[in-house]
Amino acid sequence: MSFFNFLKSFLLIDFIKAYLLAQKYFFQKKATINYPFEKGKLSPRFRGEHALRRYPSGEERCIGCKLCEAVCPAQAITIETEPRDDGTRRTTRYDIDMVKCIYCGLCEESCPVDAIVQGPNFEFTTETRKELYYSKDKLLENGDRWETVIAENLEADSKYR
Amino acid sequence: MNMLQSNLFELITIIFYCILIFIPLLLGVILALYADRKIWAAVQKRRGPNVVGPFGLFQVPADGLKFIFKEIILPDSADKIVFLIAPIITLALSIAAWAVIPVQSGIVLANINVGILYIFAISSLGVYGILMAGWASNSKYPFFGALRSAAQMVSYEVSIGFVIVTVLMCVGSLNLSEIVVAQKNMWFFIPLFPMFVVFFISALAETNRPPFDLPEAESELVAGYQTEYSGMPFVLFLFGEYINILLMCAMTTILFLGGWLPPVDVYPLNAIPGFVWFILKVTIVFYMFAMVKAFVPRYRYDQLMRLGWKVFLPLSLLAVVLTSSILFFFKLAPGMS
Repeated sequence: MSFFNFLKSFLLIDFIKAYLLAQKYFFQKKATINYPFEKGKLSPRFRGEHALRRYPSGEERCIGCKLCEAVCPAQAITIETEPRDDGTRRTTRYDIDMVKCIYCGLCEESCPVDAIVQGPNFEFTTETRKELYYSKDKLLENGDRWETVIAENLEADSKYR
Repeated sequence: MNMLQSNLFELITIIFYCILIFIPLLLGVILALYADRKIWAAVQKRRGPNVVGPFGLFQVPADGLKFIFKEIILPDSADKIVFLIAPIITLALSIAAWAVIPVQSGIVLANINVGILYIFAISSLGVYGILMAGWASNSKYPFFGALRSAAQMVSYEVSIGFVIVTVLMCVGSLNLSEIVVAQKNMWFFIPLFPMFVVFFISALAETNRPPFDLPEAESELVAGYQTEYSGMPFVLFLFGEYINILLMCAMTTILFLGGWLPPVDVYPLNAIPGFVWFILKVTIVFYMFAMVKAFVPRYRYDQLMRLGWKVFLPLSLLAVVLTSSILFFFKLAPGMS
C-alpha cells in the first residue's frame, strides 16, 4: 500500500466524501410520491380492473359473442347467453375469475362493441378470495363507476387503434 | 418502626427517580427510532414514515402496539427460560447504565465516583443477553449471530477502554460529572480528536450498528440473534439496542463534547439550561450514527476484526502513551502543576 493510499484511508477521506454526498442527497427532492394521497400518472392504455360498459341509453353493450371467452389465455372468463324477449342475444352470466386473470388485455382487444374494458383502477384488493370472482353485476357496477374515465381513455387511445 | 418507614420512603424516592429516568428514555427511544428511519429514508430520497400521526410521529408507538398484541412464539427446541430472560437482561442492563449519566450539573440519579467504570462494566455485561439469546434459540442463525456479536463487542471494548483511559488521564477522575466539568475550557474532542473518531467508530461496533451490524446481517444470518424472537421479547431487544445507542451517544457527549456545557460560556448561551445542551449534543451524535448507517456498506467479518485489533488497538495504545507523556513532561496532568 502506497503512502498516499495509507493516508487516504487513515484520514477517512472516503468516509468524509461519502458523508458529504449523503448530506447532499438528504436535502434533495424526494424521488418517491406520497402514494395513498398522490398517485403516479397512468397511461390511457393501462390495464387494470375489468368493467362492463353500457350505452348512454343504459342498455348494456355486451352482445354475448363470447370472443373474449375464447381469446382469454388464462380461461378466466365464463359466459352463458340466452336470447332476450326483444330478440337480442344477451349474457345471463358473465364471470371473470380475477385470480386467474393475467391482465393481458386481449378481452378488451377482441371485443367488437367495446363492452368489456380494463379500467384504470388497480386498487381492488379484497380480504377473501371469493370476492375476486367477479360476476356480471359487479362488472356492470364497475362500468358505471368508472365510465367517465374509461370513455376518456378510450377516446385518447382511439387514434392508435 | 421509624427506621422501616424512612427506608420505605427512600425506596419510594428511588423508584420515583427511576421512573423519572425511564420515561424520558422511552420517549427518546421512540424519537430515535423515528429519526433513524426518517434520516435513512431522506438519504435514499424516500419519505419514511409520514402517515400515522403528525409527520408519522406515531409510527413507532403504533409498531410497538402491534408487537404487544402479537403472539410470543416459543420455539420447541429452545431453552424456554433462558430464551425469555435474554431480552429482559439486555433491556435491564441498557437502562441500568443510564443511572450514572449526568444530564445537567447535579442532575444525576447516582453520582458515584467510579461512574465510568460502572458504565464500562454494565455495557460489557450486555453481551450476555445476546449470547443467551443466541444459545437459547437453539437454531443456527441466532447462534452464529450471537458468536459474532460477542467477538465483536469484546474486541471493540478493548479500544474503547483505552480511549476512555486517555480521557481519564486528562481529567483525573472517574466521576462523569467531573469529566464534564473538566472540559470547561476546552472540549476534549479538540485535543483528543483522533481518539474521538476511534471512540465514535468503536461505539458503532459496540452497539451493533451498521456498518458493523454483522450479528444481524440479514443477507447472511436472517436477523442474527433476534431471528427466533417475536412479539414482546423482540420489542425488548429493540428497545435495549436503541437505549444502548443513546447511551453511547451520551457517552460520546460526556467524554468529548462537554456534556451539558454550552459551546462558549457567554450570556445567552449559558442561560439555556444544561440538559438542553446535553440533549442537543446527543441528538447531533445520534444524527451521525444514523447517517453512517445510510452511507457505509457493511464490513466483512475479517475486516471488522482487522480494524478492531490491528488498527484501533495499536492506535489507542499509542494515544495512551503519547497523552501520558505530554501530560507528564508539560506538567499538565491534574494535580501536577
